[in-house]
Amino acid sequence: MEWVNAIVQGILTGGFYALFACGLSLMFGVMGIINLAHGDLAIIAAYVAIALIPTTHLPMVWAFVVIVPIFAVGGYVIQRTLLQASLDRSPFTTLLVTFGLSVIIENVLLEVFTANGQSITIGTLITKSFAVNSTITISYFSLTVLGVAIVVLGGIQLFLSRTSTGRLIRAVADDREAAQLVGANYRHVFGIAAAIAFATVALAGLSYGTLTEFVPTSGVTTLLFAFESVVIGGIGNVWGTLVGGVVLGVSQQIGAQINPAYQILAGNLVFLAVLAIRPRGLFGMRTA
Amino acid sequence: MSGPEVAGPLLEVRELTVYHGQLRALDAIDLAVAPGETYAIIGANGAGKSTLLRTIAGLHHPRAGHIVLDGRDITREPPDRRLAGGIALVPEGRRLFPSLTVEENLLVGMHKARTGPFDMQRVFDLFPWIPGRRKQRASQLSGGEQQAVAICRALLANPRVLLLDELSLGLAPIVVRRIYEVLPALVAEGVTVLLVEQDVAQARQVATRVHCLLEGRTSLTGRPDELTAEQIEEAYFGVSSVSSRSSSPSSAAGTGG
Amino acid sequence: MTTLARAPTATATVSGPWRVRRAGGSGPVMGAAALVAVVLLAMMPVLVSEADTTLLVNFFVLLTMAVMWNLLAGYAGMVSIGQQAFVGLGGYGVLVLALNGFNPVAAIPVAAVICAVIALPVSVLLFRLGGGYFAIATWVVADTAQLVISSITSLGGGTGHPVPGLSSMSPHTFAETTYWAALAVVVISLGLAYGLLRSPLGLLMAAVRDDEVSARSAGARVKATRRIVYVVAALGCGAAGAILAVSQLQVQPSSIFGIQWAAEMIFVSMIGGMGTLEGPILGTIIFFVLQQNLAQQGAWYLIIFGGVAVVVAIWTPRGLWGAVRQRTGIELFPVGYRLQGGAPRSEPGAQLLEGEPPPPNGPATGLGMLWHRLRS
Repeated sequence: MEWVNAIVQGILTGGFYALFACGLSLMFGVMGIINLAHGDLAIIAAYVAIALIPTTHLPMVWAFVVIVPIFAVGGYVIQRTLLQASLDRSPFTTLLVTFGLSVIIENVLLEVFTANGQSITIGTLITKSFAVNSTITISYFSLTVLGVAIVVLGGIQLFLSRTSTGRLIRAVADDREAAQLVGANYRHVFGIAAAIAFATVALAGLSYGTLTEFVPTSGVTTLLFAFESVVIGGIGNVWGTLVGGVVLGVSQQIGAQINPAYQILAGNLVFLAVLAIRPRGLFGMRTA
Repeated sequence: MSGPEVAGPLLEVRELTVYHGQLRALDAIDLAVAPGETYAIIGANGAGKSTLLRTIAGLHHPRAGHIVLDGRDITREPPDRRLAGGIALVPEGRRLFPSLTVEENLLVGMHKARTGPFDMQRVFDLFPWIPGRRKQRASQLSGGEQQAVAICRALLANPRVLLLDELSLGLAPIVVRRIYEVLPALVAEGVTVLLVEQDVAQARQVATRVHCLLEGRTSLTGRPDELTAEQIEEAYFGVSSVSSRSSSPSSAAGTGG
Repeated sequence: MTTLARAPTATATVSGPWRVRRAGGSGPVMGAAALVAVVLLAMMPVLVSEADTTLLVNFFVLLTMAVMWNLLAGYAGMVSIGQQAFVGLGGYGVLVLALNGFNPVAAIPVAAVICAVIALPVSVLLFRLGGGYFAIATWVVADTAQLVISSITSLGGGTGHPVPGLSSMSPHTFAETTYWAALAVVVISLGLAYGLLRSPLGLLMAAVRDDEVSARSAGARVKATRRIVYVVAALGCGAAGAILAVSQLQVQPSSIFGIQWAAEMIFVSMIGGMGTLEGPILGTIIFFVLQQNLAQQGAWYLIIFGGVAVVVAIWTPRGLWGAVRQRTGIELFPVGYRLQGGAPRSEPGAQLLEGEPPPPNGPATGLGMLWHRLRS
């Protein structure tokens, strides 16, 4: 029964990983940017919430309402300035620049917030759960995060497939130059895609900060989880990423069941195994 | 729209020089397209034809020279602004958005449309097969069908000047003929056409004026009926002592010895 | 003492005549200058204090890593952010060998070779991913290596383990030994990189980097070349890690597998200039000057250094040495097979990134197609 519980908890975590991964996936799919600072940005969101809640005495929900749009705007601005400037050089430069950002963010957070673990407190919701039977209990908050992940993934898909802006984003992702020829300002379109990605990053970071304790270097770990979910599920496949996240979450929980020290290792090994056996991922169309 | 002789040029290119890295692709090109004209650029591979159209559309930045649309200098404008100003390019190789459906490709084409005669219904009239295939993905169309959709996508922006780059590239002659058959309908709606064509006979047939490029320089311009086959051949291949208008003798005369 | 005294001699015989023979382009002057520099550096323990030689050891370690990362990224177009995997494995290689009775100093080259051997199967997995995904995957490999090592209790688990067999040396001998070993590693690394770049392999790398068309047409050979470079980089980083294990007298997983090694080697190369051998040297010097002056301000040296690296990457992608060379034409290590007049944008490695967005006229990336497929 503990194993069943491990699988159930793994599925719940998997939804959360998918939430983390969708921004990474979107930025790669549209701009060809691998944002190595992806995880660190999420951790910034968590720290902003930590700093915001005590000073303003806002309930957690309000932190979400405030921080997510701020990140969206920030994403647009960073895309139009720093990321576009590095893209204009080459994707190679972008990789180095986002890596630099990642190191800078981590160390600034270390200087400002120290290496002590923190977590976002949202009152009683986090501790509430319901018991399925004697060994399996499901936390309401984990379930909420899984729900949010599914809503966000579905929402992004609907946005891309049904709206004119979404259509334009897909057109730019297909062929940037041809999109310019039909009147698209691709830099602006990139900015919109980045805004969406950053909003999901903020959401993921706030969820992460509520679910577990975090430190300034947690961004690295979360980037790896997001990345592993994307590759396991298959690069470019949205629902594949959800499955990839679940596979990763379940692997980690099963690893932890064997020995708590094996949690992350088990995930990494499953990732490497997928890379060895099915390099295109479980639902992948093509390698990167 | 009045006749080409009366009005000033709609699109004018002055002393346009473009480099690809170290390579000079265009060297001081001048051309003027009057409203309602069908202006054909001809020339061999690598003569700079596509570069010229792409520069006019805003995809290349010239090192020197100006591009003027209806008296307004647009040399520094980005491609999307030029589209809003009335210049639409149907690029070489069609360049539809492969993952979008035919209909979505057309909808994207209307994204910054000017007001004008072309709407969905009007382009469906030009190619009546399109409505039946609107839900298909663009990458599933044949080359000729893609070319037709690409033209429609550009037309939906209601351009004043339509730039057509190598319509016939990789298409069977019968397909090419069908596509060229819609040209008069466009001209009748007041669209000015600037096209690049490798097939000289085709170009002479549809164009009101022919402009020949040779290694990045203008080697000949004129009305098709005024030009002899020999003149065009010389201008096209550069094999003769006929005075080309180039000031530098190096490459053009070099082949002739 | 006898074994230690031989170390600098060995260095000189390895690098000296070899460098001169290869120096064709620059003439024997540069070769002689390099030899003099190596001899001067070899005499340092006699000339300066122990604290200074310790600093120089760290300098050589970082320079070795930077030279290797620069080979990977600046020449072969592979952005790895997981070279600390081999730094750590090199360090732990020394520990394992020392625990089994090896002399830790003699274990350094063996540990480096072990890293190269491990790199070969790892490259098979990693090369399945292009560009940015390759980068993150190298990170996963480093993370995995650290987790595996940390779970081995006989190696001290997460708290690490002291390296045995060094306590018998006098502090002075120990300082000299580690210094010469580190010098040997950095000289061999530079020599190896220089030789590699001047070999036919280097010609291929230059062609690949500077000309997209030849890169595409030489697919299989490109892959083989990249694999060789990846293995050599593992060898170098492994040697650097082995030196660290000896000089610090112990290994600890979170430190020797730390991401800060990747950060430092990358920033050093970016600031100094990728695609040159001089760049990493210049970058490492700048890094140490900055670190010495900002050491008491905690992590700020890394923040400032990272900021400078980002600015340099955007404004002068060829780095400070690239800017110097552009103005003066100076080349200390002529490895110049650069193809002139080719692609106008010949940034180091730019063309090799498979993960880049579709070129203007290229095919689509997966995402757009995907949304469509999901919907239909």
